[in-house]
Amino acid sequence: MSVPIDQLHAIAKELRKDILRMTTEAGSGHPSSSMSAVEVVTALYFGGFLNFDAKNPKDPNRDRFILSKGHAAPVLYAALAHKGLFPHEELMTLRKLGSRLEGHPNMLRLGGIEASTGSLGQGLSMGVGYALAARLSQNGSQTYVMTGDGELGQGQIWEAAASAGKYGLDNLTCIVDRNGFQQTGSAFDVLNMDPIDGKFAAFGWSTQVINGNDQQEVIDALNRARSNKGRPNCIVSLTKKGFGMLNLMTKLNDQNFHGKPMPAKYLEEAIAEVEAGLA
Amino acid sequence: MAGASSSVKSSRPLGKATRDAFGRALESLGESFGSLVVVDADVGNSTRTEWFGHKYPDRFFNVGIAESNQVGVAAGLAAAGYTALVSSFAAFITCNAYDQLRMSVAYPKLNVKVVGSHAGISIGEDGASQMGIEDVSLACSLPGFVVVVPADEASAKAATAAMLAHQGPVYLRVGRPDVPKVYSDETIHFELGKANTLQQGTDLTIIANGLMVGPALDAAEALAAEGISVRVLDMHTVKPIDRDALKAAAEETGAIVVAEEHLAHGGLGSVVAMNVAEIKPVPIRYVNLGDQFGESGTPEALIEAFGLTSTNVAAAARSVLAAKRA
Repeated sequence: MSVPIDQLHAIAKELRKDILRMTTEAGSGHPSSSMSAVEVVTALYFGGFLNFDAKNPKDPNRDRFILSKGHAAPVLYAALAHKGLFPHEELMTLRKLGSRLEGHPNMLRLGGIEASTGSLGQGLSMGVGYALAARLSQNGSQTYVMTGDGELGQGQIWEAAASAGKYGLDNLTCIVDRNGFQQTGSAFDVLNMDPIDGKFAAFGWSTQVINGNDQQEVIDALNRARSNKGRPNCIVSLTKKGFGMLNLMTKLNDQNFHGKPMPAKYLEEAIAEVEAGLA
Repeated sequence: MAGASSSVKSSRPLGKATRDAFGRALESLGESFGSLVVVDADVGNSTRTEWFGHKYPDRFFNVGIAESNQVGVAAGLAAAGYTALVSSFAAFITCNAYDQLRMSVAYPKLNVKVVGSHAGISIGEDGASQMGIEDVSLACSLPGFVVVVPADEASAKAATAAMLAHQGPVYLRVGRPDVPKVYSDETIHFELGKANTLQQGTDLTIIANGLMVGPALDAAEALAAEGISVRVLDMHTVKPIDRDALKAAAEETGAIVVAEEHLAHGGLGSVVAMNVAEIKPVPIRYVNLGDQFGESGTPEALIEAFGLTSTNVAAAARSVLAAKRA
């Protein structure tokens, strides 16, 4: 199934606007970490890759998407709302008491969440479990895991990478959202994990390095991963943290913008930048 | 030393180690639990999950010496609908993979069974690094976990079946040495969360689990010769604790001794005290490992050196009885 790229661009814009609005409304959260991941999430949910039916979110044969970088929950919630899993206005309940949309994904509260994440480093292991289960059940289910780049500092990621390599899990794809920043600064300075593709390759993975904010490149990479046989797939997705509001972040003198919402007085300016489609 | 065996001395007839009983039960239950999968961290020949693995190789995954990933992989299998069992040494599965047990298993309430073998000091010569002496405390601190410490061969077998039948996360603690028999396969009644009253009594109650159930019975026998009537409870399920049995013990006997092969902090003694203090405060004494690490030695020598003996249980009983009568 091929979806026109213009349609995906339009959805990506809607997701970014939702991310900005819901985190500003919540008064906390991680919009910049969410926005770097928009093209990958858009491709998975709306580009024909993820076999996920919002009317039947517990279908045992569904494909799984695990957001291991759980702090980017807004991008996942926005995508699930646009899939029709819950009413769009519910996005504005983010992080409020009793909401299904908690600060980090909680699979007990909301169908469509495939792992309760937030303690970094754990999603890929669960992905290996899902992929082994799919192989055992022979149901053809695919598993996609998105990690952050700072998250690669967790040793469990590499335990999981080694085990996926051992079992040759070609139904598993790990996308590393390499946005280059983590909490206190540059991910290249805090703990540089380059070469990321080389490390996964050493564990027996098939690897690609792409511009993860280029919708067509993401589509092409996911297509190549889907046709790959015998080895798990790693896509190192080179992105910009806060992609879509980079000019405003420059103006505000913060290229990381980690873990904070856009102040209400700048919200419309941020949304206008997303609408204009400027990087 | 995977295949080595040792035993705990007692006047009671010796049975198999609880890890062996667990391993055989798992192997035989593999057929009726078709959705059962086992994830190993390269200790299957010690924890005895390899017996299941030999019979069901397609449902057995050895992910190497990596307990964090082991637990996470099991969580994924469980989230996909399988009953996933992980096993390693009690010290490693609870301490090394604690955050994974917390976030990937307990928080989403996934159907993962966690079996910690080589619990306590009774593993012997390998020493402190291999001895899980805080595992019960840690497992009890995971919301929603059921925590089980079987006493002998028959109860470990029954506990394994009950654990698999239960929907949700369970921690099962098993040990390395052969231990005295408390039950027989024919007479055992095992229900999660329900203490077994091994003998009735009116002067005090000894509450024990795991390795300490045998010494508790031996102590009760010695005390009976002194005219002291002792109730003995096998509190195999630490969480949820059997509050009815605690209430009856406190109200009807008015004094309690808790005996376990675990640190003082957070084990059976802590759980009993917390509940009895609320239900009906009575004097309590404890026989446990206190606040210290183990060391190398034979299981027999260590049990003696760390005071996990019927003599010490009987002494604690006399002490608590004096407090009750004071």
